[in-house]
This record gives sequence, structure tokens and C-alpha cells, in this order.
Amino acid sequence: MFTRKFDRRTILKGAGIGALGLSTGLSSILPARAAGLTIGILYVGPRDDFGWNQAHAVAAAALKQVPDVTVIEEENVPETISVAQSMESMINLDGASLIFATSFGYYKPFVLDMAAKFPDVKFRHAAPLWTEGDPANAGSYFGYLDQAHYVDGIAAGLSTTTNKLGFVAAKPIGTVLRNINSFAIGVKKVNPAATVQVIFTGEWSMPVREAEAANALIDAGCDVLTCHVDGPKVVIETAEGRGVKTCGHNASQAPLAPKGFITGAEYKWETIYKDYAAKVAAGEDLPNFIGGGFDKDFVQSTPYGAGASPEAIAAADAAREEVKAGKPIFVGPVKKQDGTDLVAAGASLDNYDPALDQTDYLIEGVVGSIT
Amino acid sequence: MDDAGLSTVLFAMIAGAIRVSTPFLFVSLGECLTEKSGRINLGLEGTLVFGAMSAYAISYETGSPWLGVLVAGFAGMMFGALHGYICKLPKVNDIAIGIALMLFGTGLAFFFGKAYIQPAAPRLPSIPLGWWSDNPQIRQVMDVNPLFLVGAVLAVAMWWAFKNTRLGLVVRTTGDSAPAALALGVNVNLVRFLATAAGGFLAGVGGSFLSLFYPGSWTEGLSSGQGLMAVALVIFSRWNPLACFGAALLFGAAGALGPALQSIGISRGYHFFNAAPYLMTLAIMILSISPKRSLKGAPGELSITK
Repeated sequence: MFTRKFDRRTILKGAGIGALGLSTGLSSILPARAAGLTIGILYVGPRDDFGWNQAHAVAAAALKQVPDVTVIEEENVPETISVAQSMESMINLDGASLIFATSFGYYKPFVLDMAAKFPDVKFRHAAPLWTEGDPANAGSYFGYLDQAHYVDGIAAGLSTTTNKLGFVAAKPIGTVLRNINSFAIGVKKVNPAATVQVIFTGEWSMPVREAEAANALIDAGCDVLTCHVDGPKVVIETAEGRGVKTCGHNASQAPLAPKGFITGAEYKWETIYKDYAAKVAAGEDLPNFIGGGFDKDFVQSTPYGAGASPEAIAAADAAREEVKAGKPIFVGPVKKQDGTDLVAAGASLDNYDPALDQTDYLIEGVVGSIT
Repeated sequence: MDDAGLSTVLFAMIAGAIRVSTPFLFVSLGECLTEKSGRINLGLEGTLVFGAMSAYAISYETGSPWLGVLVAGFAGMMFGALHGYICKLPKVNDIAIGIALMLFGTGLAFFFGKAYIQPAAPRLPSIPLGWWSDNPQIRQVMDVNPLFLVGAVLAVAMWWAFKNTRLGLVVRTTGDSAPAALALGVNVNLVRFLATAAGGFLAGVGGSFLSLFYPGSWTEGLSSGQGLMAVALVIFSRWNPLACFGAALLFGAAGALGPALQSIGISRGYHFFNAAPYLMTLAIMILSISPKRSLKGAPGELSITK
């Protein structure tokens, strides 16, 4: 009796350790230290989510083509102490000297702590969070995607017949609201009668609710949909299934909607990553903050899909060139939802105006509420 | 809220009930069967996620979504069988094993599912039951998935079988009193093993609905706790398969509430409305507890009622 019990326990223990080894061991097979520059990239979700993480992963793949650069990646790293552990192991075990932390919540306190602990390693974080006084070996980079959403809005405004456009948004934070506002300005510029209806799902990734939101918008009469959620796959596919046109977000969703895809707002992190790699290779200092849009090739529009009319293509192309040349998006009069002036008639806001980083409002013409 | 708005929301909730309820229904029917036999399998969330992944993978590899559904069912059955076997061993807690299997199932699904996030797999077809209406919205809503109908029939069949068949009696006896079942010459462990395996099968099929019909793609965040909520749903429906069907519809409708209200312009407090299904789970749990008695209708052998 005793031996039987003992055996079973041993087997269970062995199975447990085996399973543990399987799950951790396979994900962390260590690459050998490379001679050149080793860059570590951390993602909060899967690399192929058709969204935020994929946009970074595509850039990482391009970075791997650069000679003497080794890229090590880790995905599904939560915004907890585990990101600090991952960074530490990339530095200590893989010899990484440049770390890209790609999720908003990685910065405080994890990137800051690690930057203080490893002064020789450079850390760059994908959100405009670095401020004067933070460690000098840390920094931020950011692409102003609202410029591309504005171009989407131009194309979308010319594609609607019901004059109702839908926007599935995750959370009412600054960057999301700014994208919605810029999209709406694009729409209203070419189609003043149109409105943009927003549904907030409250989560970065919540497929069933995103599908419900897309369906609710379509039921409410919207005939062009776009979104700002981590993985736009569900929204785009749901809209395509119901015969509604779509604009993408973060990465290319064109293959998901062969009939109704118009264009999309994409990051082009590759530009930034390659620039960093070149600077490190040349022994130059990295800037603590860089940000840009079309002008610096940090964002791009997805190639037009079958849903884009010639008219929409022409208008969107023209708008993109204007923004690239520095023409402001927020040209007055722009009112907030409560009727107060955001930009007075005759005035305008520069596309990189710091005030826009603090967006906590929706503009007139957007239907939906932040709270 | 004016009348048009009200009818939009009601319509959206009915539509949501039909669209979203199927995974709830299958998981809760599976859990109902398992619990009727006297065990709780909390691992069904993991089974659901693994079912979703395997169905999508098989559908993509073979081009046949129905084969995907079947494989998801069998994969779920394996998880159920594992639970059933381990719980047979002395001094094993079925709840703890369930939680372990939940984590195991999700982890395994993520591990094998990596390659299937990008490709688009063939989806399940739908049956257009809305031919009688000219309204495109109604036609859209009535494009019902066959699995929904199978689930509805299954709920009735299980309700009838529990009441009227020898097999149903054996399962109920096992769940209500193991000594009585033993006295009848029933192999208690075998009945529970089979009931848990069958319950896993149903949960796997429920998962295949998520990835192959609605929302209809495989991502790692696909299930937002449907498998766990279904367990609460079984308690809510007092271990009655027919009530499970009703409760699944209700949970589906609650999930549609948030987006529907925002679509008609009632967007203040959307966090609250979005949380409706979870608040409902909590409310049900609070309403159904009492320190003085065990739950009405609860199988006597359940470790939570003993």
C-alpha cells in the first residue's frame, strides 16, 4: 500500500516537473551571445495579433536583416514584475544592450528600475512617457498614429452612404481619444453631415464584446467601421461578414476583408528601430525622445483595398501629402462635445502640439461618451 | 430612452442572446451533467479554450469546420477523462484538480495555437431562419448556427433523460448518494468518469463555436471567462438542463447590453453595463447562498454541499 502511494506521488511529481519544464524550457531556449549588437524586445501579447504587437514584431523582423544585429524577443509578458525579470535575463544571459519595451505599463516602475540598475544598457519604451529627470539611459519613442487615422477618416467619409461611421474603441485614454478625434475631423472635412459613433469595450482585448460592438454599430446604421483595440481582427472580420466597409488599425488587416477594406492606420516602428540600431553601431548617443508621423515615416497607410473608391483614394492621398508637409489636422473651428471651443475659427493646432497629448475629450460630431 | 431606442436595445439583447449564448449553453450542459454525477469540474474554462483552438486548427488544416467541432469535442473529452480519472484517486479534491486543468488547458491551447492566430480557417455555416422577414436586421439575427439548435435540443433531451430514463436515474443517484448507488450495484467512479468525460466533450464543442462561428477567429484572449461563468450558471439554473438553456440566453443578452446601449447613445456608465454578465454572476451567487440549508436541487454528493 505504501509503495503504491509513493509511486503514484513520484509519478505525479515527475509529471508536474515535466510539464513545468515543457512550458518554461521551450519558451526560453537560450540563443548564444552574438558579437554585434543584441537587442531585446518585449511584447505584452502574442506577436501575431493583427495589431499592436504585430506592428512591433514586423519591425523586429526587419531589424533582424540588419548585419551584426541579433534580436531576441519575448511575447506575452504581463505588465508586472515579470517584465523586469525578462529584461534582466535578456541583459544578463543574452547580453542585450538595447531593450525595447513595447507596452504602456512597462515603463513605470519596471523600465525605470532596470535603467537605474543597468546604467550601461539602453532602454527605450513605446509611449511618450520619458520626462526630464528620468534615467538618461532610458527613453521613449512614439508614432503619432492619429495622422493616419485622419487620412482614414478622409477615405471613410467619402465611402459612407448612411453618413454614420462606427468606431470600436478599447479605453478612453488620450491616444485612443486623439485617434477618434482625428478620424472624425477627416470624416467631417469631406462629409460635414456625417457622424462618428463610438462604442467603448473597456478592455484592450475582448473578442466577444468587440464583435457585439461591431454588430451594434452596424445595426445602428453605420456602414463604415474602424477601431482602436489591440487586435482588430474580430471587428474587421465581423464587419466584412455583414458587408460593411472597414478601415484598419495598428497593422495591416487587408487580408481579412477582401471585399470591404478601404485603408488602415499602421505604425512603421521599423524606421525607428533601424535608426536606433544604426546609431548604436556608429557609437552615437540615442535621443531620449523621438516622435513623428508621416513626416518621419513612423506611421503609414495600409495599401488601399477593394472597398476604396477612386475618389476616396485621391482625397486620402492628397491629405497624406498635406500632413507630411506639416499642414495641421486640427484646423478651427473645432468644438468639443460640450460645445466649448477646442480650436477657434481661424486658428489651428500643430500636429505635434503637446496639448494634444493630453486629449481627454471627444469633439463635436462624435457620438459617444468617455465616462 | 424613447420607444425606438428601447426597441433597438431589446432587439439587440435578443440578437445577442442568440449570438452569444451557445458557448454558455454547451459548457453549462456539460457541467450540469458532471455535477449531477456528484463532481465539480472547474476546468471547463481551459477545455473551452483548448476546444476553440483545436477546432480552428483542424478546420484550417482540413478545410472542414465540422471535423473541427468533432475534434474539439474529443479533445474536451480527453480533458474531462483526465479530470475524472484523477478525481477517482483517494483524497483528491475535484475543485483543485479543476483549477489545475483550467490553467493546463489554456496554457496548452496557447502553446499549440501560436501558428493559428494568423490564418483564416473556414467557419461554420449558418441556417437562414429569417426567410419570413423582409427586415435585413431580423434576417441577420436569425442566421442561426446549427450548434445553437443542437444545444437547445440537447437541453430538452437531457432534462427528459434525467427524469425518465434508467441512465438518468443512475447519474442522479450517483450524485445524490454514493452509498445508495453502491447498494444498487452501480460503479460510482465509472459513472462519474463517464459523466465528466461527456461534460468535457460538450465544453470542447462550446469552444469550437467561439472560434468557428462567433466571434469566429482564434486569438489568445478569445474566452473572457465564459467557461467559469457557465459554472455559476449551472448553480443559477438549479442543475436543471432546461433552465440552463434559459440562463444561457439571459447571459448572452446581458453581454449585449453594454454595446447596445452605447449604440443608441446611452453611453454614460458603459463600464457598468459592460460588466453586466459578471455582476449577474455575482448577484446570483449572493442570492443563492444561505448558511442554513444546502442549495435547493443540489446533488448531495457535491463537495460544495457536503
